[in-house]
Amino acid sequence: MREPLIYEISSPGRAGVNLPECDVPATPLPKEYLREDLPLPEVSEVDLVRHYVRLSQLNYAVDTGFYPLGSCTMKYNPKVNEEAAKLPGFVQTHPYQPPDTIQGNLFLMYQLQEFLKEISGFASVSLQPAAGAHGELAGVLMIRAYHESRGDHKRTRMLIPDSAHGTNPASTTMAGYETVKISSDARGNVDLEELRAHCDDTVAGLMLTNPNTLGLFDEHVQEIARLVHECGGLLYGDGANLNAIMGIVKPAALGFDVMHFNLHKTFSTPHGGGGPGAGPVGANEVLAPFLPGPIVVKERVEEEPASDEEWEEEEMYYYHWQMPPSSIGRLKAFYGNFAVCIKAYTYIRMLGAAGLREVSENAVLNANYLLSRLKGVYPLPYNRTCMHEFVLSGRLPDAPDVHTIDIAKRLMDFGFHPPTIYFPLIVPEALMIEPTETESKETLDAFADALIQIAQEAKTNPELLHSAPHLAPVARLDEVLAARQPVLQCLK
Amino acid sequence: MSYIPNTDADRAVMLKAIGVKNMDGLFRDVPEALRYPELKLPPPVSEMEALRELREISEYNVDLEHAPCFLGAGAYRHFVPSVVGHVIGRSEFYTAYTPYQPEISQGTLQSIFEYQSMICALTGMDVANASHYDGATALAEAVLMAVSVSRGKRRKVVLSAGVHPEYRAVVHTYTQGMALTIVGEGADPLATEVLADMIDADTACVIVQNPNFLGYLEDPAALRTLADAAHSKGALFVVSADPISLGLFSPPADYGADIVCGEGQALGGGLNFGGPYLGFFACKQQYVHKMAGRIVGQTVDRHGQRGFVLTLSAREQHIRREKATSNICSNEALMALAAAVYLAAMGKTGLRKVAELCYHKAHYAAQRLSALPGYQLLSQKPFFKEFALRCPRPVDEINEYLLDEWGIIGGYDLGKDYPGLANTMLICVTEMNTKEEIDLLVEALAPDYFPRADEEGAPDMEEAA
Amino acid sequence: MVEYAKDRRYLPTHEWVKLEGEEAIAGISDYAQHELSDVVYVELPEVGETFAQNEVFATVESVKAASDVYMPMSGEILAINEDLEDSPQLVNEDPFGRGWFIRFRPSKPEEYDSLLDAEAYERHCREEAEKGG
Repeated sequence: MREPLIYEISSPGRAGVNLPECDVPATPLPKEYLREDLPLPEVSEVDLVRHYVRLSQLNYAVDTGFYPLGSCTMKYNPKVNEEAAKLPGFVQTHPYQPPDTIQGNLFLMYQLQEFLKEISGFASVSLQPAAGAHGELAGVLMIRAYHESRGDHKRTRMLIPDSAHGTNPASTTMAGYETVKISSDARGNVDLEELRAHCDDTVAGLMLTNPNTLGLFDEHVQEIARLVHECGGLLYGDGANLNAIMGIVKPAALGFDVMHFNLHKTFSTPHGGGGPGAGPVGANEVLAPFLPGPIVVKERVEEEPASDEEWEEEEMYYYHWQMPPSSIGRLKAFYGNFAVCIKAYTYIRMLGAAGLREVSENAVLNANYLLSRLKGVYPLPYNRTCMHEFVLSGRLPDAPDVHTIDIAKRLMDFGFHPPTIYFPLIVPEALMIEPTETESKETLDAFADALIQIAQEAKTNPELLHSAPHLAPVARLDEVLAARQPVLQCLK
Repeated sequence: MSYIPNTDADRAVMLKAIGVKNMDGLFRDVPEALRYPELKLPPPVSEMEALRELREISEYNVDLEHAPCFLGAGAYRHFVPSVVGHVIGRSEFYTAYTPYQPEISQGTLQSIFEYQSMICALTGMDVANASHYDGATALAEAVLMAVSVSRGKRRKVVLSAGVHPEYRAVVHTYTQGMALTIVGEGADPLATEVLADMIDADTACVIVQNPNFLGYLEDPAALRTLADAAHSKGALFVVSADPISLGLFSPPADYGADIVCGEGQALGGGLNFGGPYLGFFACKQQYVHKMAGRIVGQTVDRHGQRGFVLTLSAREQHIRREKATSNICSNEALMALAAAVYLAAMGKTGLRKVAELCYHKAHYAAQRLSALPGYQLLSQKPFFKEFALRCPRPVDEINEYLLDEWGIIGGYDLGKDYPGLANTMLICVTEMNTKEEIDLLVEALAPDYFPRADEEGAPDMEEAA
Repeated sequence: MVEYAKDRRYLPTHEWVKLEGEEAIAGISDYAQHELSDVVYVELPEVGETFAQNEVFATVESVKAASDVYMPMSGEILAINEDLEDSPQLVNEDPFGRGWFIRFRPSKPEEYDSLLDAEAYERHCREEAEKGG
């Protein structure tokens, strides 16, 4: 299964592309500025293609099988999205073209802002952030800018439940705030007593994921919002788990002031092996002026612009950029991951309101069904109706030597991608399972059967788990060696 | 269509297994008064209708397949070999998540390891990460890293005015809660040497862009002097570089860079109206534990066979949480793959040739345009594929004329970012611009068609068309 | 079998300190290295830096965790164990010997008396293990 490195198939004099001859007179190069050597590989096009196709075959992906990676919403990525994003009218546009020449792009971005506003209930949306964590940073900076704008400088603490994604506290630190951890209670909700004790005039806000990373809808979310607001803080929503509640409830109605969306989770845009994603951020009236920008606004056109002949009766609006009045600023160059926005727009157009609600209902149905099949087999720390995902423990009572990592690796032999493991941190040996709505009952049953069989094997033949995977392209890899003696490139 | 395979019959069986009567039974924890709000979205469409709609929207744009374009300023139109799209279009790559389970993610992991190797080759640095969102955020992360290398003790950043204005804006956005002092942006963007005097014992890093935002190449010897000045005060030297230029010009390691970052969109990425792009990031070995983002390392499996894993993860947010130096999680992996395929396809000679084509064509355009009455080059410094052209009329007016009368997308208006550069256009020429396009631009701006100032009368539209 | 060296004292956060005349050396305990599992990296301070007692002076990383290391007594760093850079596994193999972190000059020698002796520290570890288990 070993695929050589691209440098190992390199041979001097080969090339994977041919370029045109120069069609203008040459200008002398400034010699003292030139480099001596450029150690890039030299490969033919056919060798290059085979190399990358063979590498692709070593990957597990949504298009090759079930990928129940908790908190990542690995749903099917519709192919029509990819076709839409490849239209040359979109791809071949430069971000600095005059607005008159990019009305199509601006229209699409405006519409997507509107769709996300409607789904979430927020007053305004910015498409700037490039990923979920980027949207979080935006949200925390907005909360900070809001307090600062009121001359309220003593708020320096951000409350974060112990079940939160690591990005929440990391974003908080980047924004110059201190993190205060709030425990979860026995039902997996935010501990209200502990929250009350922390609510004072030094609190900037609270970052809440709801449904949370245990897959549970916080039973006191409105009370949490009230407590945070009463002490002058604001409520941030980590929208990673929006797939459970589209058309079920609007986050703004629950009391969230600002929230990011993950277009690459909820809205079916592929994750690309680690990105690109897109993390638009929505805000209510209070925080909307602080959104990162620019955002797209539209203006009614009284007279048809003389420069654009095709633009007649039907189109009465002119779209352009605007910086929100108290914006925290730009979060990246240009305007956000536009091609990802095209895919999310296409998805929402294909589904409509009823389709989105169906998505959330079936995501929650699939998770609860899978939970019903597994809850007698693996310890379930919070026995409640779950939302789109649930968390089990891999600590099997009669197999003390088996760990979650062993179960995860053994799942590969059954042809499945393992769930998220060892997260959330508050569940020892966590297995976090998110099936998504795009999987059939047959797939869920096959996965449950595999996990049940593995629980048996854990008792009868634990070595089979310890030495797993047996059928993957490589056997279990030595992560300690990789970290102790880092080899991070092949040239030195 | 919602891509849901469950049938009504499936749902009935599943609800029964769960022990609830209907879907509503699954949402009891949601406050009842707020449950099932109406979503006012347009009615759904079929795939055929959706594609038709999207195509129509896209046709409201003037796309660059149909208009010669001289815009650059951080987003570049370079040739993308066919193999790039075919490789990143493999859904084994694009429908995978971050490679958390290495045994079944060797494709992504090895391709990132190769990408890291090629970024090191280009920049001359020791180590590279798996990517940032774009060139601007990569630079902001370089600032955070430099502060972190000083263990938070150094609070000042010397930032050249020659760095892309939006990158500088992003540095300000990222650091607004950190109480850093950022100096240097008020200086002349072409006088990088003045930065040396601003470096002191509180300086975490000195940042330059090469070629700078105005397209000019910095003299490697002068940059070496600046790097030495930074190092003598214990500050890091950060270079934001154009990766295509590195096919021809000195790698920043040669003139003393500690961190090299930049926009990798030019490496096999389309323009895509500004995103997704690719922030590449490389540094010296000694700082690797302070570098943000995913890093892939080589190791062996239990049979001793070579394999690749995400490594040095204890730096990152999912482990270090509030003590992590960055919150980055998802990056731009697929764009990094595109860059790797591009660099491998171009190879040692191809990338140099692309850079040479850009250089020669840009210089041809500069010579011809500056020969027109009323037009002159801002500086005689060497440049790469962009140059600043002093024009006889406001850039906006020129661009409007070029678009309306000639169907040409003109250059970038530098007056928007630099008050001293009113009526100065940043013109970008890459290997994609033919000689005919350049000649057409020159013809369009010739005084026969385009008078030098308004008072000489509006251009004769009929004649131009 | 976890070892509790008797010739030194401990912080409840699992750092040890051993006095050597006017100077002292410090590291993390055998119990701590067991809990961390394979140490892959140790971030050490610079010679000449000063730290107060209980201030973070180093970080120790395994594949899945990063832990702060606290100063057992106030003082100025005189030397760091440079072998840990290439061989972080010394922390696992010999936590009380070749896996030492720093040599420092205590500025408040009286702080030594406030630390746990081996017996008290062992009790503390047993309690912690029971709670965590």
